[in-house]
Amino acid sequence: MNFTQSFKLAIKSLMLSKMRALLTMLGIIIGVAAVIIITSLGNGMQNYMNAQFEQLGSNLVQVMIYGLGEDSTRSVDADDMYALVEKYPQYLSGVSPYVTASAKVRQGTEDFERTSVYGVSEDFYRDETGKTMQGAGLEEGRFLRYVDVARHQNVCVVGSFLAEYAFQGDPLGQTISISGVPYTVVGVLEESGDNTEGSGDDVVYIPYANAQRLGGGYGDTYMMTATDRDTSTAAKGIVENRLMDVYQTSDAYMVMTSAEMMDAMDSMLDTLMMILILIAAISLLVGGIGIMNIMLVSVTERTREIGIRKSLGAKCRDIRSQFIIEAGTTSAIGGAIGIVLGIIMANVLTNVIALVLGTGNDGFVAVPTVGGIGVAFGVSVAVGILFGYLPANKAAKLNPIDALRYD
Amino acid sequence: MGHLIELKNVYKIYQMGDETVHALDGIDLTVDQGEFVAIVGSSGSGKSTAMNIIGCLDVPTSGSYHLGGIDVSTMEDDQQAEIRNKMLGFIFQQYNLIPKLTVQENVELPLLYAGISAEERHERAIQSLQRVGLADKRKNLPSQLSGGQQQRVSIARALAGKPSVILADEPTGALDSRTGREVLRFLQQLNREGDTVVLITHDNSIAVKAKRIVRLQDGRIIYDGAADDPQAVVQPQEDEAGEEARA
Ligand SMILES: Nc1ncnc2c1ncn2[C@@H]1O[C@H](COP(=O)(O)OP(=O)(O)OP(=O)(O)O)[C@@H](O)[C@H]1O
Ligand SMILES: [Mg+2]
Repeated sequence: MNFTQSFKLAIKSLMLSKMRALLTMLGIIIGVAAVIIITSLGNGMQNYMNAQFEQLGSNLVQVMIYGLGEDSTRSVDADDMYALVEKYPQYLSGVSPYVTASAKVRQGTEDFERTSVYGVSEDFYRDETGKTMQGAGLEEGRFLRYVDVARHQNVCVVGSFLAEYAFQGDPLGQTISISGVPYTVVGVLEESGDNTEGSGDDVVYIPYANAQRLGGGYGDTYMMTATDRDTSTAAKGIVENRLMDVYQTSDAYMVMTSAEMMDAMDSMLDTLMMILILIAAISLLVGGIGIMNIMLVSVTERTREIGIRKSLGAKCRDIRSQFIIEAGTTSAIGGAIGIVLGIIMANVLTNVIALVLGTGNDGFVAVPTVGGIGVAFGVSVAVGILFGYLPANKAAKLNPIDALRYD
Repeated sequence: MGHLIELKNVYKIYQMGDETVHALDGIDLTVDQGEFVAIVGSSGSGKSTAMNIIGCLDVPTSGSYHLGGIDVSTMEDDQQAEIRNKMLGFIFQQYNLIPKLTVQENVELPLLYAGISAEERHERAIQSLQRVGLADKRKNLPSQLSGGQQQRVSIARALAGKPSVILADEPTGALDSRTGREVLRFLQQLNREGDTVVLITHDNSIAVKAKRIVRLQDGRIIYDGAADDPQAVVQPQEDEAGEEARA
């Protein structure tokens, strides 16, 4: 008996009792749908995070220097960092101090408690790209200039959130109070996040020396840019070597690259996804046991049929393949239903997440991967065949005389 | 050319705890091409056991069985399956049609396992159904037919594989006497057309429709001869007593 015959027969038996078939497949359907949903979400998450990182600049190198405490005389200052950039132009293209100030921002009678204040140099804005090191473009006005930084001028550049909510869209030339000191707004950045309070758009940039005076930051932070995403690891090495020379211990500083963080995040997501998929796989396993259970019942119910087939010349392998193909077909159909369900659910979840995050259509999209679909389908068929084998073998081994007498 | 069926000193012994049951106790039997043999005997005499061995569903404990010159008494399951497929056509008391397959699909089954192409299967199944006069019912399910019609379908199925021997185990047992007679007449006709038929029954009135009667008792052949010999239908006294005791 050939495959098509067994396949048709399998479809026929499934159609004969649809409810039972559906219940048999349920475990597989849920398992496969879960795998599809998880891989879709994971894939969407990865794409989303990569896009965010990309926006921040994939060639960013962050340097944090904690130093060795009060007693130590060893230190690295901004000039040393500038010197590094000058010395290695093929790897490093820019540097700016990046001081997180703890300051109270106030405009008129309104306090902006969640606004972040950063002290940077004029190099934080990169003329060749027209963006800051963190990827925000200039909406209007200008960025901080050398003179502002050198003379500790009380000028600032604000993010789009402040521009809209503190100044009603007309901030240029107006002043904003930062820890009691009035700063004149000279520039506005383009919206780069979702323009909400506390987001990346709720920021003020001031000359870094001014920020240092405000205090708050622990240690020194520098933002550097590598010439390229691919050179960022080499750039990191250069900075680290320099810092090691000074401090003689790697505890005094930390250097991170966006590229590495991106990779670390990706691999973390991959691990997380693997764990979730394994959990989903348990439901595939349960689905397989469900199929085995029903197949065993089916073999018992069809003992007489098996006896008849054997009396007419069916060999062991004919019977075995009939039942295995039946189990495989059942789980394959379950798998197909699970895939469709999973894709639908992934779409629904995309919309729900977009709604919750308020990111709209260009935000998070759960994309089913071809690999995920392929693996889920393959595994479901394999599960059916694997768990169908035991009942099929039981059927194949039946003694035809006993089987014919059975009722 | 030897005999079509040749059983030599065949024993079938079952071990039931301490007790051994000699279901077949030294049987010698030959059947030639074109014969119509009825195997008769009371309940427990060993008819079904004999039928299982002749039908290659079981192997003897000892002794030899040649079917069409081939020694089939020591075959493995799958080899037996092939012999059943190629050389034997079964007709059962309970028809044994597969309920979810149509009449035609049922008749095609032995051909399917013989690996015959779909086209030839259809053709031969329809021919077979025409022989039993049920070609017009080929799309029906077995449950949509009467008992007599179902038995005719099972005959068509037995014929489809062009077997050397047709083995009928109590083929009229589930039918009323009129349809039973019809089925018997049909077997007689098949025999006239050249088929070899082995009929198993406990009913003398059915056995006499065959040409030759083999009577079993306690696993032994106690009569083997022409069906029209008056000796053929004599029930052994003690056996009848035994049957009453059992009832
Ligand atoms: N599988 C078995 N295990 C043990 N004993 C068996 C088995 N099959 C048959 N027997 C015994 O062998 C003997 C012959 O049985 P068999 O079924 O051949 O009789 P039968 O002539 O077909 O009877 P009936 O007309 O009732 O069908 C009986 O005593 C029966 O109990
Ligand atoms: Mg019997």
